[in-house]
Amino acid sequence: MPPTENTPAIEFKDVEKRFGTTTVLKNLNFTISPGERVTLIGPSGSGKTTILRLIMTLEELTGGYIFIDGQPLTHTERNGKRVELPSKTTRAMTTRIGMVFQQFNLFPNMTVLENIIEAPIHVLKKSKDQAVSDARELLAKVGLAEKADEHPSRLSGGQQQRVAIARALAMSPEILLLDEVTSALDPELVGDVLSVLRTIAETTDITMLLVTHEMQFAREVSDRVMMFDGGQVLEEGPPSQIFSSPRHDRTRSFLSSVQ
Amino acid sequence: MIWNWEFAAEALPLLLRGFGNTLIATVAGTVIAAILGLVIAVAIRGLPRSVNWIVRLLQAFIRNTPLVVQLLFIYYLFAGIPGLVDVPALVIGIIVIGVHYATYMSESYRAGIDAVPQGQREAAIALSLPPVRTFRDVILPQALRATIPSLGNYAVAMFKDTPFLFAISVIELVTTAQQFGAAKFAYTEAFTLAGLIFLAASYPTSLLIQRLERRLATY
Repeated sequence: MPPTENTPAIEFKDVEKRFGTTTVLKNLNFTISPGERVTLIGPSGSGKTTILRLIMTLEELTGGYIFIDGQPLTHTERNGKRVELPSKTTRAMTTRIGMVFQQFNLFPNMTVLENIIEAPIHVLKKSKDQAVSDARELLAKVGLAEKADEHPSRLSGGQQQRVAIARALAMSPEILLLDEVTSALDPELVGDVLSVLRTIAETTDITMLLVTHEMQFAREVSDRVMMFDGGQVLEEGPPSQIFSSPRHDRTRSFLSSVQ
Repeated sequence: MIWNWEFAAEALPLLLRGFGNTLIATVAGTVIAAILGLVIAVAIRGLPRSVNWIVRLLQAFIRNTPLVVQLLFIYYLFAGIPGLVDVPALVIGIIVIGVHYATYMSESYRAGIDAVPQGQREAAIALSLPPVRTFRDVILPQALRATIPSLGNYAVAMFKDTPFLFAISVIELVTTAQQFGAAKFAYTEAFTLAGLIFLAASYPTSLLIQRLERRLATY
């Protein structure tokens, strides 16, 4: 199916995720529109991070289907049976998706610049000159132009996270997944990272899916907030509605516990 | 103690010639062990369970039998195969000692690879890096940082194991000392010098490994 204007950027269809005998997600269905900014909130263990990890193929999908731009990500239905796609097909799909992690996960054996150009050169097959000039431009955008030749260990947590954001953007993703990207940072470093993300939200049309405890930030950048509980969408709506007048008691008590 | 400087002076050039074989065996053996060790570590990780037990079994077998037995076994095995009779003993010795230490080094590589945090693999997946590229550019460089010091220690251990090559009639340092001592009845001179030559070679090497270790500890 060719993507049309109505094709969701992300679609979950009957998604199930089990870890051993524990079912984390069951019969989960939702769609995210292209360019939409969606914040997932909910108590820990509600499955929000698992959702991001399933989209990034870091976890095995134990049931159901995920579609990116209408195309199957890891599994497809063939003759009524659920079959796994070849890893190359899946990897071609994941090039459209970028992810930033709580723990940054920069490659410590490479410089900041090498971290950023690695995938553009080897996955997107960019020339080295092109990759380097694009990387420098991105580093300038996140305010770290002068750190290009440092190793990550020489950078503060906030700086490392901004490099990680630049590294994800260097792949020109259509979808950006942000998994508690400020949770591991000292409070005074959170602001820089959030302002970089705010700029991305304002200046690009990247679809963003974020798990965060920064409710003020979520309120500013999201088009929609989804409240998860027990692996299900408890309620969803524009941030103004969810934060000001949630329908469910569970949402109300969760919000009062984090704010 | 009886010490004869004349005998010592006479022994030294002979010993150094024997030391040549020791060095060749150590360097060539280390190269084989370092490469094959990595291959074994990757094979055990990468091969499906149905075949990798064969590699594991061979690895356990080699690690749990004495080097001398392996040297003699392969030496006489080669002697019985028409095309292989003429393979020099030193070459056989290098191969056997290299394979023997490869099984030890493979465990160091494995530990180094396992020590790379899971987040590194996840970051590579998030960048859609193919598995081989991920191993080459992300996992292996970080694993080597943890592995190289212990590879160096195995190289020094191998160096000290080279006298076993005597069993297959390779004349290296210790054998030369033995022969000289017997001919002149000058064991003290011969073995003192042999020990000093070993020390002169292995002590600086271990210092070098320590320095390398410190350099690798900082990115």
